[in-house]
Amino acid sequence: MTARNTVGPVIARRNAEASGALIGYLPVGFPTLDESVEAAVALVENGVDALELGLPYSDPVMDGPVIQAATQQALANGFRLADGFEAVRRITERVDAPVLIMTYWNPVVQYGVERFADDLAAAGGAGLITPDLIPDEGADWIAASERTGLDRVFLAAPTSTDKRIARVVEASRGFVYAVSTMGITGARADVDRAARTVVDRLTSAGAPASCVGVGISTAAQVREVLEYAEGAIVGSALVKALADGGVRGAAELAAELARGTRAE
Amino acid sequence: MALRAQTGPYFGDFGGRFVPESLVAALDELGEAYDLAKLDPAFGAELAELGRSYTGRPSIITEVPRFAKHAGGARIILKREDLNHTGSHKINNVLGQALLTKRIGKQRVIAETGAGQHGVATATAAALFGLDCTIYMGEVDTERQALNVARMRLLGAEVIAVKAGSRTLKDAINEAMRDWVTNVATTNYIFGTVAGPHPFPEMVRDFQKIIGEEARQQVLDLTGALPTAVTACVGGGSNAIGIFHAFLDDEGVGLYGFEAGGEGVDTPRHAATITKGRPGVLHGARSYMLQDDDGQTIESHSISAGLDYPGVGPEHSWLSAIGRAQYRPVTDDAAMQALRLLTRTEGIIPAIESSHALAGTLELGRELGPDATILVNLSGRGDKDMDTAARYFELYDEEAGA
Ligand SMILES: Cc1ncc(COP(=O)(O)O)c(C=O)c1O
Repeated sequence: MTARNTVGPVIARRNAEASGALIGYLPVGFPTLDESVEAAVALVENGVDALELGLPYSDPVMDGPVIQAATQQALANGFRLADGFEAVRRITERVDAPVLIMTYWNPVVQYGVERFADDLAAAGGAGLITPDLIPDEGADWIAASERTGLDRVFLAAPTSTDKRIARVVEASRGFVYAVSTMGITGARADVDRAARTVVDRLTSAGAPASCVGVGISTAAQVREVLEYAEGAIVGSALVKALADGGVRGAAELAAELARGTRAE
Repeated sequence: MALRAQTGPYFGDFGGRFVPESLVAALDELGEAYDLAKLDPAFGAELAELGRSYTGRPSIITEVPRFAKHAGGARIILKREDLNHTGSHKINNVLGQALLTKRIGKQRVIAETGAGQHGVATATAAALFGLDCTIYMGEVDTERQALNVARMRLLGAEVIAVKAGSRTLKDAINEAMRDWVTNVATTNYIFGTVAGPHPFPEMVRDFQKIIGEEARQQVLDLTGALPTAVTACVGGGSNAIGIFHAFLDDEGVGLYGFEAGGEGVDTPRHAATITKGRPGVLHGARSYMLQDDDGQTIESHSISAGLDYPGVGPEHSWLSAIGRAQYRPVTDDAAMQALRLLTRTEGIIPAIESSHALAGTLELGRELGPDATILVNLSGRGDKDMDTAARYFELYDEEAGA
């Protein structure tokens, strides 16, 4: 089974025709499996170019309070890994946007790295974003994603050395996830200047695309990020909109954020 | 290669660094500072002097014949880490990491704590060195170890009760890691056990291995021979590796780690990670852990907050895999009975954590017979556990205990 709908071409197209790509994050199973699928579809219908679906995990060290609360609720509602593949399948049957899974590493290890890759590709998924897997520990996943053609998105941080930036660029496929602030997820008033520097360094190291995440919550911030990066990733703000205003609330915020991807 | 020469990042198939990229630079910085410090006689001398004049090292050994009568007649010798300043072995590691913090030039330290002993030790070192200090502690643990919360606050530390997940040690670690990811430029994470990402398992072990180095010589001096077996309780595994390490290449010496069996390992309420878990990735390392089919961490249970952790250090997983050490469960009740037995027979009140080692040793003594000598790591004292013990054994007057 090989991946059909990877994220690289979409990011390239959005940068050719507009100012860049908007990537939206939602956790699977929040508030319910059905509603998370509906919300994801609604994001795409309202201008999100690619989806990042988070798999709820018991020990999410990179997540801030909003996403933690959502994923904890999903787990309490009985989330199982199989729901992740089902969500990908149901979403990709309805919309064309590439769907990446964001997952902590242990669930993949327990499922079996090769089996996980096969099932994700079979469901129509684009690849994985791995917040607690660095390329140094990623040999199994690099092999499985080579075989299946799945994207693999590693993270780069303001503190990463040049050597590590080069390693991340070389190991990633699809894009590199530039962490904008030294911190966990959560909407912030200011997207850190550090993000611009990380993206510049990734570009110098040859990254075909960098997307900035962690701390983006408004159309103005999306626009600002897309001045220097190929994509902007919005997470906590969308999850909060979904929690407060349901599928409609998330859709409205997506439409608003998407204004940040168009020329004024 | 000598087993003692094993260093990180990997211990066989275990260990490594499964962390956000944001932390790699800080882990590298710490690892490099530690590698330099290891080679610097001035660092070793400063740490040894702190051990001598602040902690009270070397800690003594105490033979406990009245207690040993209940263990089939084997000789039992306690390594008295309970007599250290702050009341447990945790101070050995904390002083080492606090000295490193000064070398790296950071002004703030954070730590996770379960029983509160590591938090108290860290708050103590912060007071001693004039560092800002924040301690993360699961809300459940702040309740059952309230005395230690007060100690930490009195020492000037900020104590944050973590309300996420199981509200115990594992969640305190998650929250401390989040703090570190956010404040890594100014903050050093003083990790409390031999788990976590490289370099922690190796570095914490090295700061704790003094326990076994002292005890090995002390037992030789007392008995003229090496012990038959060395025992310790295992939460993350720092006191256990601390006493095991000097004996790793002494083939005739059996090594036994006692995990928290909670209400029994055939119930879901235990923390017997090696006995009942399987390998996975938790808190930055590959090691044994308690998890469901999907790789979600299972909440552990133990009457002892310090052992209530669903993971274990990678070096223990390796020692178990190669058969060098054995890991066995001890129930809550067995530990509490051993706590009372040592108290009544020897006048020494152990921590509930350490009581797991005592209970396991009682059984092991009966297996090994009267010719055996068993060295037990008495990792901490029981002052912090008086409320739990008083309720368990109904020691409060009725009006007061309600
Ligand atoms: C007295 C004592 N012993 C043991 C432990 C368990 O930790 P470790 O397994 O790292 O020695 C603790 C932890 O809080 C403790 O306070």
